[in-house]
Amino acid sequence: MKRMRTYLPSRKVIAVLAAALLATGTAACGNSDTGDNAGKGDDGKITLGFSQVGAESGWRTANTTSIKEAASAAGIELKFDDAQQKQENQIKAIRNFIQQKVDVIAFSPVVESGWDTVLKEAKDAKIPVILTDRAVDSADKSLYKTFLGSDFVKEGRLAGEWLVEQKKAASGPVNIVELQGTTGSAPANDRKKGFAEAIAANPNLKIIASQSGDFTRAGGKQVMEQFLKANPKIDVLFAHNDDMGLGALEAITAAGKVPGKDITIITVDAVKDGMQALADGKFNFIAECSPLLGPQLMELAKKVHNGEEVPARIETEETTFTQEQAKEALPNRKY
Amino acid sequence: MSNRTAGYRALTTHRLFWPIVVLVVLLAANTVYRPGFLSVQMRDGHLYGSLIDILRLSAPLILVALGMTLVIATGGIDLSVGSLCAISGAIACLHISEQPDQNSVGGVLTALALGLGVALVLGAWNGVLVAVIGIQPIIATLILMVAGRGLAQLITEGQILTINSDPYKAIGVGHLLTLPLAIFIALAAALVVAAFTRRTALGLIIESVGGNAQASRLAGIRSARITFLVYVISAACAAVAGFMMTANVSSADGNAAGLWVELDAILAVVIGGTSLAGGRFSLGGTILGALLIQTLTTTVYAMNISPQTSLLFKAVVVIAVCLIQAPGFRARFARRRPSAAAPAPVTEQPKEQVPA
Repeated sequence: MKRMRTYLPSRKVIAVLAAALLATGTAACGNSDTGDNAGKGDDGKITLGFSQVGAESGWRTANTTSIKEAASAAGIELKFDDAQQKQENQIKAIRNFIQQKVDVIAFSPVVESGWDTVLKEAKDAKIPVILTDRAVDSADKSLYKTFLGSDFVKEGRLAGEWLVEQKKAASGPVNIVELQGTTGSAPANDRKKGFAEAIAANPNLKIIASQSGDFTRAGGKQVMEQFLKANPKIDVLFAHNDDMGLGALEAITAAGKVPGKDITIITVDAVKDGMQALADGKFNFIAECSPLLGPQLMELAKKVHNGEEVPARIETEETTFTQEQAKEALPNRKY
Repeated sequence: MSNRTAGYRALTTHRLFWPIVVLVVLLAANTVYRPGFLSVQMRDGHLYGSLIDILRLSAPLILVALGMTLVIATGGIDLSVGSLCAISGAIACLHISEQPDQNSVGGVLTALALGLGVALVLGAWNGVLVAVIGIQPIIATLILMVAGRGLAQLITEGQILTINSDPYKAIGVGHLLTLPLAIFIALAAALVVAAFTRRTALGLIIESVGGNAQASRLAGIRSARITFLVYVISAACAAVAGFMMTANVSSADGNAAGLWVELDAILAVVIGGTSLAGGRFSLGGTILGALLIQTLTTTVYAMNISPQTSLLFKAVVVIAVCLIQAPGFRARFARRRPSAAAPAPVTEQPKEQVPA
């Protein structure tokens, strides 16, 4: 009797787990056959297989939309796969693309390492590969044709150069606080580096405090609250993305200061809420990190398909925004 | 004299003594680093200072940890609270964003009811999985921990949903009697839970279920019903915490809201002296644990400890708190100290036995 009682629930556990496994199994199957009527079209139309990281942010969604729109505009047949933040899914998708004999493969790697084997398979099948947005750390650079994406160091540098220009006339020290992105992430490391290099031009510009706000609004707010209490004189805030800057805005207002006037605010990204804050005069400067690389990607896909040489590193077309430029650009922003 | 040492021993062996000491040390270290740390000023009709920030920011963690305390007291664990925070916050913000007038109190109240309602349903789902179907709590709640975050992102469509509603914002940053409103909400929840668990038999019953569910059932307690109940309470606490988190920044971020708060809550419960094996719990200890964790986070920012070393710093403090609380670890040191005086009678005893 007792044995029965302890046995019964565990059988239920197994049943539930089995059902869960079945569900994920079918989902995976549903995912993988992205189109079986594929194959190299003889009509001369280029087929591009693209594996996206996922849909974790507004930035990423805009990135996906840009690629889809650009593909239909360029007359390229797009096979789109969403890897849902998992490398296994992405490797599976790339293998599928190889089997379907697409003309070009492009993907935004979920992580940096572990791509050599599957990239080698693509190379053996003579399918050129383009990386977008994120790099891989493969030692063998011949595994992919080119890497199209933002230059985070440059974004930091542009932000720093604008500040140096603004504070040219400053006679005394200018106190800067920095809100870093997630510790150890490439955008955080590179933006910090680029910014530090640029402001080295003026010894008056000094970073007096620098903490990680994890790229989130809540993080940015919490860190800025303590910065404001610990440092009576803060002249400039440099945030590694708009969201941390938006969080910091609330902390600055709560401290009785006027954002954009008492404290100059510089951020990176230019998402919609950030652009709105810039147009409202709460931010002072944004270095864009554009997700709209679709048209550039289609151009590249055509070139590598025709066997043309392309540079190994191509930067996304990006710009910077001041308050006036933000007011003009805001109505046409896509994300 | 002996009275005083006994009193001293009673004080130092009290399970909340060491967490309080660590909290005081942290505050003292902050004051040494920056003398103005403890100062609190009046600004715009409310108090303003780092201490007030700690109170306000610890409120969501206190709430989540309260629910977690009850769950852990029954010998379970609830990993889904972080995702529930994100879901309830996202639902509330979505409803408010669809209102023609985001400042209408009625709209905000509906939004809160919706968010809370969905959280209660999800809490009931956890409760059914654990209490009725008998899945181990860590697995049962893991389902919602993973799937729930996806659900929150679905609700916000993967975007950060910004709202502009003063009544909702008040939950996160409003003030009452010059102090943050959030801390009053958290303390009110704590009082309600304390009243039900310590003024009625409910607390005892929860502890008995945690001690031995089977024996409690045979003794006439409806164990399954109690287990189900604590998961629903935990979900309700998480929902209110989710409102605070999203109100604090006036936006719902399905990806980041309440991320890892379940782990902080478990830590707060453990620091507060509640046994992870179940059968015993301390609400006061949990609140103290939550305050300690938030003070630790604020200390990192206030003392500008570099982000690369801040996790190590937190780890060292937490390990220290857990070690000095551990009976086994304390016993080693307690035995060593009196050993200077104690060995004498121990060696004398066998001597006396020889002539006898």
